[in-house]
Amino acid sequence: MQSVQFEAPGTVEQAVALLAGATGDARVLAGGTDLLVQLRSHLVDPALVVDIKHIEETRTLVRNADGSYTIGSAVAGAEAHENAQFVADWPGVMEAWDLIGSTQIQGRASLGGNLCNASPAADSVPAMIVAGMTANIAGPGGRRSVPVGEVPVAPGRTSLANGEFVVSFTLPARPAGGGDAYLRLIPRTEMDIAVVGCGVALVLDGGGTVTSARVSLGAVAPTVLLVEDAARAIIGTTLDDDALAALDAACQAACSPINDKRGTIVYRTQVAGVLARRAARIAAERAGSR
Amino acid sequence: MAKHHVTTTINGEPVEFLCSTRQTLLDVLRDELNLTGSKEGCASGDCGACSVVLDGRLVCSCLVLGAEAEGKTVETIEGMAQGDSLHPLQQNFLEDAALQCGICTPGFLVAAKALLERNPDPTETEVRYWLAGNLCRCTGYDKIIRAVMRTADEVRGEAS
Repeated sequence: MQSVQFEAPGTVEQAVALLAGATGDARVLAGGTDLLVQLRSHLVDPALVVDIKHIEETRTLVRNADGSYTIGSAVAGAEAHENAQFVADWPGVMEAWDLIGSTQIQGRASLGGNLCNASPAADSVPAMIVAGMTANIAGPGGRRSVPVGEVPVAPGRTSLANGEFVVSFTLPARPAGGGDAYLRLIPRTEMDIAVVGCGVALVLDGGGTVTSARVSLGAVAPTVLLVEDAARAIIGTTLDDDALAALDAACQAACSPINDKRGTIVYRTQVAGVLARRAARIAAERAGSR
Repeated sequence: MAKHHVTTTINGEPVEFLCSTRQTLLDVLRDELNLTGSKEGCASGDCGACSVVLDGRLVCSCLVLGAEAEGKTVETIEGMAQGDSLHPLQQNFLEDAALQCGICTPGFLVAAKALLERNPDPTETEVRYWLAGNLCRCTGYDKIIRAVMRTADEVRGEAS
């Protein structure tokens, strides 16, 4: 166990220089709700910890003129929840974020941390993927933006290069007729890790037909999945029973989960289909109510 | 490596301390500043016994680095009573027997105070969800919830 350098830079450029110049493992500190546990249990032994919360861009949630949002990677769930317009526009993203831990955890837990911790069961990630969010990344080569789903590549591993970190996210404007939802199953009512998580975002036309859809599953594969077959199963339908059955089947076919104490492979696979049906209905209700 | 020199405000008082990067805010409160009211239960953010308010947000102090407290304000259980005068939540926890061993109690009190400051008229469901990150292995929670609800009623009665 080595002593750890701690830095709290005020600019993106300073943070990148610190991360890129580190001689050993460097870790980004946002809300710390994963990192501090990992430090304590010696799962990580970094030479450098960079607290990004003094960088204004990581700490602000703004609605842009076109209705899109820019969400700082270190904005806490409790802060986002106080933004009524954001909650109204993207209830599925907010309900997924809300599910991450207790009130105390909500005071710190960020989307950037949840994404970059790269857990297959990260609650916010399916919701971010179906909402079409992109991660705005800064690094030694400058800035780049990638779809959120391209950041985690394996449990605990991301596609971020040395010296890179997620500064913010871009969340598109809520489409007309659009609705989103996130559901997860856990064996108790609160404070647990998803057995399965499912995010659905869709757009309905005036007649209630689905014109576009995205379906994402968490905790049923090494990374969060975007299930294109599941989206195809409901596009062009009114979410009738046949469409929901096809959605269910497509989700089950996409699953490759593990057995663990929270659920078996068989159980997780079946639950994925059930959650997808329910989340699609909720997303459609929300789309219809706007 | 040199320690970090941190200047912060705790329970309204300016405080300076030295800490290493690995020390959490909870470690600093208990081991450096002798503020031992905040307890270490799990050290992983699950139990809430270390709850404090950091810049107005309820957090687990075991999940905050001491170095992060630079320039911030921290409110702990030690700031809750005014001299010999208990906070109404503290008084009602005693009167309603909302504690047995007491390890979880400071965290519950800090968390419940933060709730009532935001929501003076919570439903029982809201109280239970707000306090879901505070674990108690003695009371079965019911007496805690009742003490919080009664305090909310009393404080609202005084305000009206």
